[in-house]
Amino acid sequence: MTEILFAVFIFTLAAFLGFELISKVPPTLHTPLMSGSNAISGITLIGSLVVAGEAQSPLLTALGTLAVVLATLNVVGGFLVTDRMLKMFKRR
Amino acid sequence: METIIQIAYLAASVAFIVAIKLLSSPRTARIGNLIGATGMLVGLLATLLHKDIVRYEWIGIGLAVGTAIGAWLSFTVKMTAMPQMVALLNGFGGAASALVASTEVGRALLNGTAGSLSLFSLTTISLSLLIGAVTFTGSLIAFAKLQELLSGRPLPLPAHHLQSLGLLLASIAGGVAFAWQPEGPGLWVLIGAAFLLGFWITLPIGGADMPVIVAFLNSLSGLAAAATGFVLENYLLIIAGTLVGASGFILTQIMSRAMNRSLWNVLFAAVGSGGPTTAKEGLSVRSTTAEDVALMLSYAKEVVLVPGYGMAVAQAQHAVKKLMDALAEKGVEMRFAIHPVAGRMPGHMNVLLAEADIPYEKLYEMERINPDFPQVDVVLVVGANDVVNPAARKDPQSPLYGMPILDVDKAKTVIVLKRSMNPGFAGVENELFYQQNTYMLFGDAKKSIEALTQALKEL
Repeated sequence: MTEILFAVFIFTLAAFLGFELISKVPPTLHTPLMSGSNAISGITLIGSLVVAGEAQSPLLTALGTLAVVLATLNVVGGFLVTDRMLKMFKRR
Repeated sequence: METIIQIAYLAASVAFIVAIKLLSSPRTARIGNLIGATGMLVGLLATLLHKDIVRYEWIGIGLAVGTAIGAWLSFTVKMTAMPQMVALLNGFGGAASALVASTEVGRALLNGTAGSLSLFSLTTISLSLLIGAVTFTGSLIAFAKLQELLSGRPLPLPAHHLQSLGLLLASIAGGVAFAWQPEGPGLWVLIGAAFLLGFWITLPIGGADMPVIVAFLNSLSGLAAAATGFVLENYLLIIAGTLVGASGFILTQIMSRAMNRSLWNVLFAAVGSGGPTTAKEGLSVRSTTAEDVALMLSYAKEVVLVPGYGMAVAQAQHAVKKLMDALAEKGVEMRFAIHPVAGRMPGHMNVLLAEADIPYEKLYEMERINPDFPQVDVVLVVGANDVVNPAARKDPQSPLYGMPILDVDKAKTVIVLKRSMNPGFAGVENELFYQQNTYMLFGDAKKSIEALTQALKEL
């Protein structure tokens, strides 16, 4: 029970922190913010790595590997495309 | 070893928070993104030390394939196609989260220990599957619409909201059945209904509402990761997923407000089902020529350009930059007024203009530039329509009424660059075009801007 409560605790604080941080991002940067935060949501990658590597059954390994591919795509594509966009933002 | 992994996860969490913090200014955003990527790498490397990982070949193959496709996508995607790129990546993230949750059930079913899964585990697995699956199919449809594989027009379906609600209830019922009896068919009902739900909710939504949907799916992809974090009791996943969920939620709110609609309204009521209103009788528009506009611009003190998605479709951004430079040579400064839904996703127009080398200090958001319009000598409206329609302010009968708009009608002179007199997305006539101080410059936006620049140089 304490673990569950602790997880909910973390979730609630992270939500407040998120609202606080994001409301300070100017509209000019909303697209890079979305693609960058999108890359961060690919963090699910670390869950998929364990499944792909634990060798429990061929089916689980296949599902885990597919998850690794999709999450990596999300992470790599997201961070790189965000960098590509942010490079273009210049001052006069 | 476990301690090292947890400390690395803590470092990664801090990196993500710092990354989003630095994204709040164009000067620090790039380094912020780099810090975020570093946090991800730290999390990944630490996870490879996990005691349950005994084989690395499939991990290596997965990482290599994902990296190759992701890198290729990110280098080749056009800036105009950014909304569909983000939609696609959202979908992949959601699918990955759901897959990880599904393997938790799969492992328990294979080992015959499904009966001993706690109610908390079963609930969070259900949530993760539901959110992840909805994100996946919803994003695929959004991608297909933005990529114009499917029509971008709103598609009103009879009693659509009831069917969506039915699918949501069916997936919840499946989740409850699954929690009651993990080996039973509830799991499959949940997965099937959730896939259908994402598909069904996004299908009727039109192109104009896409900024809201892309932001909403962004939020869901974060929440899917957070739900998977609850399944795995992994705090890094919970923190990162929740930050993204909050980010997408705020952007969804901003976009809905910019269109004067609620998220509920966008999701459950397709707009634009009413027929287009006919042109106003007895009123006529005045058309003008590039030469006349060039003359007006050269005598102006304050010039503002309002870009709409039509400008991006005509690929006129670089032509606009040349016009800005030609005006600067004459000593006239041109600013840009950006409506929140000017592009196909939040901040999209800013990226398109940045790509054309237009400095971000010249871009003004709606609240900041609206008070200035009465002092502006010439406003150029390029491919924008509904976001400059004064009916949104004046006419309670108009479907646009209440939507925040750019008050260009208050400027001294308005030049509207437009292909023809067709109404905008909402199918609503724009009285701005008939105003005393409005002149229409008909033709392709890119060609008109180029003609303007040429005429300006010949003055």
